[in-house]
Amino acid sequence: MLSKRIIPCLDVRDGRTTKGIKFQDNRDIGDPVEMAKFYYENGADEIVFYDITASSDKRPIMIDVVKRVAETIFIPFSVGGGIRTVENMREVLLAGAEKVSVNSAAVLNPAVIRQGAEAFGSQCVVLGMDVKQVEPSHKIPSGYEVVINGGRTFMGLDALWWAQEGERLGAGEICLNSIDADGTQDGYAIELTRLISSHVHIPVIASGGAGKPEHLLHVLTEGHADAALIASMVHYGTHTLQEIKECLHRGNVKVRMTW
Amino acid sequence: MIAILDYRAGNLTSVQRALTFLGHASTITDSREEIEKAERIIFPGVGAAGKSMENLRQLGLDVILKERLEAGIPVLGICVGLQVLFQHSEENNTACLGILPGRVRLFSSNLRDVDGSPLKIPHMGWNGVTFSRPHPVFESIAEGSEFYFVHSYYPEPENPEHIQGTTDYGITFASAVAHKNLVAVQFHPEKSGPAGLGILTNFCRWNGEDTAQ
Repeated sequence: MLSKRIIPCLDVRDGRTTKGIKFQDNRDIGDPVEMAKFYYENGADEIVFYDITASSDKRPIMIDVVKRVAETIFIPFSVGGGIRTVENMREVLLAGAEKVSVNSAAVLNPAVIRQGAEAFGSQCVVLGMDVKQVEPSHKIPSGYEVVINGGRTFMGLDALWWAQEGERLGAGEICLNSIDADGTQDGYAIELTRLISSHVHIPVIASGGAGKPEHLLHVLTEGHADAALIASMVHYGTHTLQEIKECLHRGNVKVRMTW
Repeated sequence: MIAILDYRAGNLTSVQRALTFLGHASTITDSREEIEKAERIIFPGVGAAGKSMENLRQLGLDVILKERLEAGIPVLGICVGLQVLFQHSEENNTACLGILPGRVRLFSSNLRDVDGSPLKIPHMGWNGVTFSRPHPVFESIAEGSEFYFVHSYYPEPENPEHIQGTTDYGITFASAVAHKNLVAVQFHPEKSGPAGLGILTNFCRWNGEDTAQ
């Protein structure tokens, strides 16, 4: 039986992680390659890199990071942020990433999903979605709206419709981030995750809101998520992957316990 | 030197990176001369069966692969490199290499998990493998190890003796096969952490004899 995946997410700017791992001796690792290695050795099932480098002329820095990560860890990893074209995707995949994630670019140009899936296969293309809860309306019947630019720009797009459209266009997976839950550490958006997950046939990664192991237990059971993204709760050493997986294992969620 | 067959499939470099990490020299190649010199062959792949077979035939790699298997060279097939070993694949209704009797089928869209919830296709993520008999390539793999899968089609070997390991995903399917100097796995050892690297290490040491047969 398939295991649920636990996926640390690293934000990278100009080749450095924005949140380094803080160890108890206050040593700070800000090198994304070192951090990826740390999580790989401690049982991560996959790793997500999110490139928040502002200027596009610094993209080669990220490509170099991807290459070094690919030589160091032997689990799948994906790269998102700043990927707009099939050419961007090719560059990242050739550097050694398993998957690429498109978010705003797909909203502005949905064809990029189909082009990516046709060129590299659906399994390489992750549709990233940032979603905010709104009053249900004629235009947004599900009550969840797609936003871009880190939650600042509402796109008039119903999240449920967009998830299904993304699947139809060829996305192999959805990374669903709740802007409302993100950063709160109060738990994932369970209802949103369940709504999307039960209406698509591709895996859904829940993102935003993880603060303690029980939050993952909830979203992987009640939320029907296939995988869960985590960030601060492990980066700051508050929790470990081992501890999270033991909690899930005790809660009868199948996770990979041997690494 | 290990030859990684270059039939224009995806995922060739990730296999090479894993081998480099393990200290084994390899070359990604479609040259008959280089493949004939290699002491072992890896037949990897991400892609569709139809296009894969078309490329293999166009490059003459179908013939070379069969010759090297006959010559007793150890061969490891991965993912699509396992699937096209069989006679037929439902993917693009493709006639395949026919090295092993059997066919490759699409997962049914109404697969259910043990708890009754619908299973998604592709089968993507980490899953266990139950190894049915000892084999040099699969020895010393830690109990409870899981491997990374991503596929929508699964092999159905005709000869049960070729089944080396099985995996449960709504149904129980053959996720590892072995016959003489040929082994093949549906999962990606190059993306399966230490357990996967262990299989690659074993393969790199293997003389091609299946001691259990």
